Amino acid sequence: MMKSTLKRVMPQIIILALVLAANFLVFRGFFHVEFQHGRLFGNLIDVLNRGAPTALLATGMTLVIATRGIDLSVGAVMAIAGAVAASAVVGGAHWTLAVLLALAAGAACGLWNGVLVAIFRIQPIVATLVLMVAGRGIGQLLTEGAILTFNDPGLIRLGAGTIAAVPTPIWIWIAVACVVGLVIRRSALGLLIEAVGINQTSSRLAGINARVLLIAVYLVSGLCAALAGVIVAADIKGADANNAGLWMELDAILAVVIGGNSLLGGRFSITASLLGALIIQGVNSLILLSGMPVEFNLVIKALIIIAILVIQSPRVRHSLYLLRASTGPVLRERPKPAPRTPQEEGQS
Amino acid sequence: MNILKSLLASAAILVPAVAMAEGETIGFSQIGSESGWRAAETTVTKQQAEERGYDLKFADAQQKQENQIKAIRSFVAQGVDAILLAPVVATGWEEVLEEAKDADIPVILLDRNIDAPEDLYMTAVTSDQVHEGMVAGNWLVEAVGDAECPVVELQGTTGSSPAISRKKGFEEAIAAADNISITRSQTGDFTRAQGKVVMESFLKSEGGENICALYAHNDDMAVGAIQAIKEAGLKPGEDIKIVSIDSVPDIHLAMKAGEANATVELTPNMAGPAFDVLEAYWKDGTMPPKWIQTESKLYTSDDDNAAIYESKKDLGY
Repeated sequence: MMKSTLKRVMPQIIILALVLAANFLVFRGFFHVEFQHGRLFGNLIDVLNRGAPTALLATGMTLVIATRGIDLSVGAVMAIAGAVAASAVVGGAHWTLAVLLALAAGAACGLWNGVLVAIFRIQPIVATLVLMVAGRGIGQLLTEGAILTFNDPGLIRLGAGTIAAVPTPIWIWIAVACVVGLVIRRSALGLLIEAVGINQTSSRLAGINARVLLIAVYLVSGLCAALAGVIVAADIKGADANNAGLWMELDAILAVVIGGNSLLGGRFSITASLLGALIIQGVNSLILLSGMPVEFNLVIKALIIIAILVIQSPRVRHSLYLLRASTGPVLRERPKPAPRTPQEEGQS
Repeated sequence: MNILKSLLASAAILVPAVAMAEGETIGFSQIGSESGWRAAETTVTKQQAEERGYDLKFADAQQKQENQIKAIRSFVAQGVDAILLAPVVATGWEEVLEEAKDADIPVILLDRNIDAPEDLYMTAVTSDQVHEGMVAGNWLVEAVGDAECPVVELQGTTGSSPAISRKKGFEEAIAAADNISITRSQTGDFTRAQGKVVMESFLKSEGGENICALYAHNDDMAVGAIQAIKEAGLKPGEDIKIVSIDSVPDIHLAMKAGEANATVELTPNMAGPAFDVLEAYWKDGTMPPKWIQTESKLYTSDDDNAAIYESKKDLGY
């Protein structure tokens, strides 16, 4: 089990190592982590910390994509959740209540998406597009278009604070990923989600309650997005509905894709998606540390992402496989034809 | 006493009647709600119109030029006395402005200019963004004196005109000072979150002790950077000087706490100068110059930042 997981995520681990090595090349102090003013301080910690929103979104997004769906609304849900939490503490609520309200808002958004997809059978990309556009407007309505600042120390700790010297967001995304991963893989849920993604009709005929399962994955995605929104707001001590989570849905989808998961649904690996999120953050860090003029930012990012995806493409993988097989001492098995999609290989 | 009261009462009855007689109708086509500053501009425009007894017709274009063109057409149809336009883009205004001109309605541009023949509008009230950068740069040159000063810069959104102009102005101001140089420059997209992230990276790649000052193209990025500096265990405002542009309420709070040093105001009061121009025009037909530059006022920690915060916090920033 452990070994097969490792084999599945090996490409992502190698790419992450390469990206981190590139960071080290442009800035020699990259791996230097020190204990300073009660917190761990260093670029590596920043990558884990700043990757938190993408990692959280990618956790939910992986499940949605495994059902052959997509959730474009997560960025807007982040804006809503941040606005709800900020309005609540500004209105005098305790921060735990504020977080619960934000999570409730995220759950409501997820439920809305889930119902549109599962009950009304609207295509996921269309169904979630509605909230992607309208959601930011709801957030702006809550904050009246301005940045709603707050000074509640409890809420701020979730974004800018530390637990045991490690920034809180790191704990949060790792904890959420572990809980979701365990629930999914220690039960049959993961298998059922994959079944729905591969063939909804036949899985329904086999007795799987596809509707409930679909609503549930969008619900989880909404909750993850809400948590990410709270972290982002807490980090800057304010809810910025105009910018919070802007284009984050694309980063989340990219993380899932870099994780080798197919957009056509089916087999999935949350671990690989999380590595994908860290790879994206590693690339962001590389751009900042390189000190290149800002005009190059997006070009560099695009080139690296294209390279990563090309390396993972079925054709290149197959060529690598052939190369290894022809130079290896013993040919253990016949080379397989190129797999159609990357997710058909390996398992998490 | 009674006489005074009745006098006041009659005056109170008379005043609105007089105001009604003079009350000009003005149409205002605003871009939409894109930032706190724009919300403040709308609030201040409404306040100014109310103070002067104008009837302001407000149209929110939701970031679409076609909505602005529709709004101007409807203002012309209603026969307003003047039109204020905050244009969302620079091009494509000739036809609709021609219609306003044919109806003899003066048009005044607010805070952005357009590519159109100058006779199509009365004047443009805007700030000079290069000048804003220069004011910030000049403050820094004066503040550091002869000391060696490596500066890190948080740029606005790449390619946006405020980012280009504010960078240019600042660079011109520090060009003569050999002791001041920009060591790192990255975009923070005008947002708090990105300002914080980029500053974190600067602090590590340069080392906090090697940064003398931060220049941010807007206050929001500076507010984010201040948090990053604090989390790195340094004192913003002392260990690292902070100068930014816009003068939003939150930067005044930071200056009051000694965590920021200076900000250059981008005034939300563009309507005030526009109304002054209109009043002069209506009185004796004076035509204003084609460009009215608003003041880029410098605020430092010496100002009464608590009072400034109070005066700005309800403007909708």
